[in-house]
Amino acid sequence: MSKIHVQTTINGEPTEFLCEPRQSLLEVLRETLGFTGTKEGCNDGNCGACSIAVDGVLVDSCLMLAVEAEGKEIGTVEGLASPDSLHPVQQKFLEHAALQCGICTPGFLVASKALLDHNPNPSEHEVRHWLAGNLCRCTGYDKIIRAVLDAAEEVHQSA
Amino acid sequence: MSATNGGYKVIGTRPIRHDGVDKVTGRAIYGADTRLAGLLYGQVLRSPHAHARIKSIDTSKAVALPGVKAVLTGTDLPDAGDQMVDLGEGPARLKYLRDNVLATDKALYSGHPVAAVAATSAHIAEEALDLIEVEYEVLEAVLDVREAMQEGAPQLHDDMTTQEFGEDTGRKSNLATHFEHRLGDADKAFAEADVVVEREFQTATVHQGYIEPHNATASWNADGQLTVWTSTQGSFTARAQVGAVLDMPISRIKVVPQEIGGGFGGKIPVYLEPVAALLSKASGQPVKMIMTRPAVFESTGPTPGSYVKIKMGADKSGKIVAADAYIAFESGAYPGGLVGAAAMCVFSCYDIPDGRIDCYDVVVNKPRSFAYRAPGSTQVAFATEHVVDLLAAELGMEPLEIRLKNTATTGTRRIDGVVYPKMGCKEVLEAIRDSEHYQSPVPAGPNGGRGISVGYWFNVGLKSSCTASVNSDGTVSLVEGSTDIGGTRTSVAMQFAETLGLRAEDVKPQVADTDSIGHTDVTGGSRVTYATGWAAYKAALDVRDQLCERAAQLWEVEAGQVEFDDGVFRSGDNEMAFKELAGRLEETGGPVIGRATVDPDSGVGGSFAANIADVEVDPETGKVDILRFTVVQDAGRAIHPAYVEGQMQGGSVQGIGWALNEEYFYSGDGHLDNSSFLDYRIPTSLDLPMIETIIVEVPNPGHPYGVRGVGEANIAPPPAAIAAAIEDAVGVRPQELPMKPDRIVAALAGSS
Amino acid sequence: MQKLTAGQQQVEVEGATVREVVAALDARYPGFKERVLDGDRIKTEIAVAVDGEVVAAGLRAKVGPQSEVHFLPAISGGAG
Repeated sequence: MSKIHVQTTINGEPTEFLCEPRQSLLEVLRETLGFTGTKEGCNDGNCGACSIAVDGVLVDSCLMLAVEAEGKEIGTVEGLASPDSLHPVQQKFLEHAALQCGICTPGFLVASKALLDHNPNPSEHEVRHWLAGNLCRCTGYDKIIRAVLDAAEEVHQSA
Repeated sequence: MSATNGGYKVIGTRPIRHDGVDKVTGRAIYGADTRLAGLLYGQVLRSPHAHARIKSIDTSKAVALPGVKAVLTGTDLPDAGDQMVDLGEGPARLKYLRDNVLATDKALYSGHPVAAVAATSAHIAEEALDLIEVEYEVLEAVLDVREAMQEGAPQLHDDMTTQEFGEDTGRKSNLATHFEHRLGDADKAFAEADVVVEREFQTATVHQGYIEPHNATASWNADGQLTVWTSTQGSFTARAQVGAVLDMPISRIKVVPQEIGGGFGGKIPVYLEPVAALLSKASGQPVKMIMTRPAVFESTGPTPGSYVKIKMGADKSGKIVAADAYIAFESGAYPGGLVGAAAMCVFSCYDIPDGRIDCYDVVVNKPRSFAYRAPGSTQVAFATEHVVDLLAAELGMEPLEIRLKNTATTGTRRIDGVVYPKMGCKEVLEAIRDSEHYQSPVPAGPNGGRGISVGYWFNVGLKSSCTASVNSDGTVSLVEGSTDIGGTRTSVAMQFAETLGLRAEDVKPQVADTDSIGHTDVTGGSRVTYATGWAAYKAALDVRDQLCERAAQLWEVEAGQVEFDDGVFRSGDNEMAFKELAGRLEETGGPVIGRATVDPDSGVGGSFAANIADVEVDPETGKVDILRFTVVQDAGRAIHPAYVEGQMQGGSVQGIGWALNEEYFYSGDGHLDNSSFLDYRIPTSLDLPMIETIIVEVPNPGHPYGVRGVGEANIAPPPAAIAAAIEDAVGVRPQELPMKPDRIVAALAGSS
Repeated sequence: MQKLTAGQQQVEVEGATVREVVAALDARYPGFKERVLDGDRIKTEIAVAVDGEVVAAGLRAKVGPQSEVHFLPAISGGAG
């Protein structure tokens, strides 16, 4: 199968790759480009572990073809932290012990950042609603919700 | 509520976990993240039939597809005969282990692996699967535990006969094992009881539901050395299983445990590892395999569906005088053994002088069932707690009152014979009684209600190893063999740090592969913080003793004259902090490595958990909303309270999912119809309130820091507490899990 | 099991190890040894508990003068 040339931007860095038309962006991110922070949990859009931002919109990368990345700005978990500090949602996840096994964590972090970009002062219900597409089997969500609310507080205060 | 830290400096605090930054930045390497040069991708062909004889498999077209490098079927697995193999955590019959990896003569469940392919891409491997031609003789399937036990039911294994506690009955049957526990004279006690209640219960097959699919990457070298990278609960048991299935010595196998994305008991068995190994051997290249999500549901896990009958009797004072349990578990395609654990849990919260527990382990055409968090306990707690509530109602007692009156306590003899050491069932119930939640008003409105329940898990000990290298800057590198699923690197390192007066962050824990650390059993049975923590404690004592000897050299005194307290070595007027002494190892004989292994036979403290659940039921739709939920659990000593709370919350929510949503839907011919997270619906953040936690600490005298494992007991009580709350709300109480909307609506229609 | 011991649930015998206890039981109830042992090991499907704790040492496990020895179905535990 002949491959297609795609030009895109990943975490601010212009990137080119070749892919087959049938490959998902998740597969190319992980297997071709080495962005293994984005996780595969179901490959059918039901768990949110592969959440990424595409032009600022939250997307399950398993449901997007890699060729659709042409000309887009892709954001993955690897792009959340700056060289000298974690993003507030990352820091609060650590402080609140909001992860156990950690497999869902990258998806939750990308989704939580997208929430705070969109709504810097969410209620508990709004956080629960926004994150309902991300499944976690370990934590029961309690500490995740608290971490996101706390991160919102911090983002709010520093803004 | 936070736990007390009993004068400790590290234990009871909440440091940031050592592997935390790797896990929030996407840098932690999980099994599926393994990347090697020349990697091939493997895929598995699975039986579409629940029960079929495999007449022939033709792989020639798949082999011919460009890009395909190897194709395997069950006959490619070495035939090492039919023997029992010891996998460290328990014995297994080799034929069953091997046939579950790749079927040979029969497919026993929909999803049973029958062939495998390795190719240059996952897509080519998938195309190749479509080219494999399998001829099946489809047989009648049996999916229900009671039907499978009936005379004339389709028999899964032609040669299976019922075993009764070490005796082969010679009776051909799907009933693999039957056994019974007895204490006292149950018949006499029931005859004398003032109140007797008996009910039947059923629970559906449910899955552990970890978000990370099973995976394995294998590299078979020309010299016969095999390396396997995988997400496993136990690298050593994975090595033992791979060795058994491939009939090769464990010394030729190295298992590298990558980070693991949840297990809950379901990542103890191997599925893909031996297949990836043989595909690598056949192709001469490393092979990575990642299970699809439908395959995870169809062919791994699940926990047994069950049929349980409970009879209990009490006298007028409310004392429970007799109990009788009939417990039949679906073990899936191969015999399981989880019903034995159910027997240990069924009446575990009560002091009952006379009783009987009758257990049946039955094969059906479903995937081989495996441990799921307190395996067997949730099924029987759902049943027992219901009957206890009915006794209370007949006697005019409050549910909490009858539980406190009959609580098991230190010295109580269970019906299966075990006599409890110091344990905290009563304390957990008292914490329920004293909680703000229990004393708050029951949710208002016609459809609100409250229920309570209690559950148990016995916990296990098993073997753990640790080594500790003292660094010259006063830190310690701690190497352990327990894969870290929920923050155990930190709870183990904290016990090491406490012992040597260090800070948690001065200890750098690392999980090593099977060549780099002593044998360590699975992360399961709530054992890691208990047993590996104990190994870390012992390794710290070893370091302490060696450093006392080094200090003695520096001060030119006898080692016995050096004392150690709170991070400082002292002898007479001499005094030196750990950090300073660590910097002077070079002049006193070189590096210091502490080491320890443990295999605790005794002292494993069981843990009790209890719930208060407030619900609201919509009588129109049957939907149950959890309004407020509290979990209380005895942690013995909470090493890292935040991660103890996390276990309690996570287990509770798994129990809530089991109570209300989760079940396998099989079509009549045995095909699993809901093998995705869309249709197998685990709780989402929107379904839940905050999960309130109360940690009770009844220190375990069998552990240096009093630890009791907290991973499991918390899943047992939720379905019963929610059932009781539903009854309190709308007057009906389902006897079958899950308590899904249509079941509630039907119950309401039947009761009006 | 109680078929072997004529319905007795609890039996008092002498022995300093599980091996001696099994031998004493076999002397009193012929067939007991065959039922619980596979050669010189406890059968894999059976576990032995001394004073309420399942012992890994099997036949070599020490038994005190007042100890209780239980023969139980072996189970595979674990979760997490």
